[in-house]
Amino acid sequence: MNFRRFWAILKARNREFFRDRSAFGWNFLFPFLIVAGFGIIFGGKTYTQYKIGVFPYTQGAVKADKIKIPDQFRNIRYLKFIGFSTAEEGLEKLKYHKIDFLIEIGDPPYEYWVSDASPKGYVVEQMFKSSLIPPQTKSQAKREQIQGNSIRYIDWLFPGILAMNMMFSALWGVGYVVVRYRKNGALKRLKVTPLNAFEYLTAQALSRIFLLMFTLVVVWTGCDLIFSFTVEGSYLDLFLVFFLGSLSLTALGLILASRGTSEEFTTGILNFISWPMMFLSEVWFSLEGAPRWVQNAAQIFPLTHILSAVRRIMHDGAGLLDVGLEIVILSVMTLAFLGVGASLFSWNK
Amino acid sequence: MAALIEVKHLVKKYGDVVAVDDVSFSIDQGSCFGLLGPNGAGKTTTIEVIEDVIPPTSGEIFYKGKPRGASFRDEVGIQFQNTALLNFLTVRETLATFQSLYPKTARIDELVELCRLSEFIDRYNDKISGGQRQRFLLALALINQPEVLFLDEPSTGLDPQARRNLWYLIEKIKTQGKTLILTTHYMEEAQHLCDEIAIMDYGKIIARGTPEDLIKRYSQNVTVILPKKCFKPFADDVSLSYREVKDTIEIMTDNVNACLDHLLNFKIDLSEISVRSPNLEAVFLNLTGRKLRE
Repeated sequence: MNFRRFWAILKARNREFFRDRSAFGWNFLFPFLIVAGFGIIFGGKTYTQYKIGVFPYTQGAVKADKIKIPDQFRNIRYLKFIGFSTAEEGLEKLKYHKIDFLIEIGDPPYEYWVSDASPKGYVVEQMFKSSLIPPQTKSQAKREQIQGNSIRYIDWLFPGILAMNMMFSALWGVGYVVVRYRKNGALKRLKVTPLNAFEYLTAQALSRIFLLMFTLVVVWTGCDLIFSFTVEGSYLDLFLVFFLGSLSLTALGLILASRGTSEEFTTGILNFISWPMMFLSEVWFSLEGAPRWVQNAAQIFPLTHILSAVRRIMHDGAGLLDVGLEIVILSVMTLAFLGVGASLFSWNK
Repeated sequence: MAALIEVKHLVKKYGDVVAVDDVSFSIDQGSCFGLLGPNGAGKTTTIEVIEDVIPPTSGEIFYKGKPRGASFRDEVGIQFQNTALLNFLTVRETLATFQSLYPKTARIDELVELCRLSEFIDRYNDKISGGQRQRFLLALALINQPEVLFLDEPSTGLDPQARRNLWYLIEKIKTQGKTLILTTHYMEEAQHLCDEIAIMDYGKIIARGTPEDLIKRYSQNVTVILPKKCFKPFADDVSLSYREVKDTIEIMTDNVNACLDHLLNFKIDLSEISVRSPNLEAVFLNLTGRKLRE
């Protein structure tokens, strides 16, 4: 390892990224936009989960307090009422799942329609039925508050978005870029210099890790100013786990970078890896209750372990020792990916 | 003169295709060696095996009498036929980056002056013209003060003026005592720059020597060229062997005066005649029966 050669390539790669204004800007803007988007969707009053068609109704936007439906039903949160002039019009929308439930305005006995094929329709039907039960017979359950601070969905989602962005940036920024350089012959030109593969790959990886951590700090700070996230554990621990995570993801990128000259094929492989990783590593939703094999399969992705550790530090105040298992798994993955990537690497087409 | 590079029984196969077929030659220190041949003759494959970019199927390469060691990369400068460089770097930054990769280096300002890079030195390396790019790539190949310089078709795609400029530059580099190895399919270029030439075709070397040697050996004849329309009516009567090339006929002769007398006897219109001295193009034609850039 010659430090001077390594440093020259690291500097060149950093310059390339920072000067490519569009890619550089997008790197920050993309996670910020997603977080901001979800903040608006889940934070405000406009969020609706279920759409209820009502008819006959003709005066534009529905004022729920003006229509004759059960009061208990009208006051349920996350329902949005949409008016139709005739039953046919409403049924057409119901058929194509544009609405989840259709009810005729009027006095009891009420008449409603729901699609058997719609899970959301089923839930609304249960809500509707329960709203018809007289209040005095419904005292079988007592509501308890959950202990500690409640975690907003955006608090839960935010680290997922950051880690997902990290994953895409690591895989594409290393995998795709090196394949492109192999294809256009830039790697061949470097091969005939004294630079060795280890120096070249280390420079690529460290440049990307520097960028990932830089992005993380900027996006975190920016989003925190708007959404005021609560971090129960230590920021240093959080940073260390993200750092280890970026190491493992970048190392995975190096495997993709090791061979191949077709950008199209590499894109396919990148999608093949990144999409299941995005869906199965609990970026967007929890796998609680998913089939066992799906939960097991998710364990092969570094992102799963990064998120598990990060969320425990952020939400439960866990320390590094508490997330020791994740740290060990991520370290082993990093070393394994590096070993495979380095042994497969080829400068030539 | 000692041989700096020796190539012994080099074979390179890609599946069933034999790109280089048992080629041997040696290159003297301080000389300019040209590998000449049409596209697909195996020139680039041969030169890339010597450069250690691709491994040979069989055969040996010796540098300074020994197999190429770790110092080989420090001592050679290479200009590929097509080279992409790192994006978003200026010409100066690219030179500086490559400078950092070598233990012994040339000064950037000297290279800027030698290769005339000053007008575009601070431009991004993908925002320069074809001629500028070739001069820049040549400077990049010289960044480590190489003892041996490999140039793979350095003037392909350049306009005639840019080509002349590049030749002038290569001649200047020659005077510094460096050993040059270049491939080309321009006969004129080889004749102008090379001390020694090997002509390749179908993966084999079919002739070797100095340009003058080769011309003397394989093409002593002068070519007399006439438009077909002037010559054809008399073709049966004139007892001269000729060959047809597009709209012209070419008569090979070792006695121009006798040939012209003969044509005048038949009152053939010679107002559009041209006469070509022996050159490497004719050598190649005589050796293979093909034109170089068919």
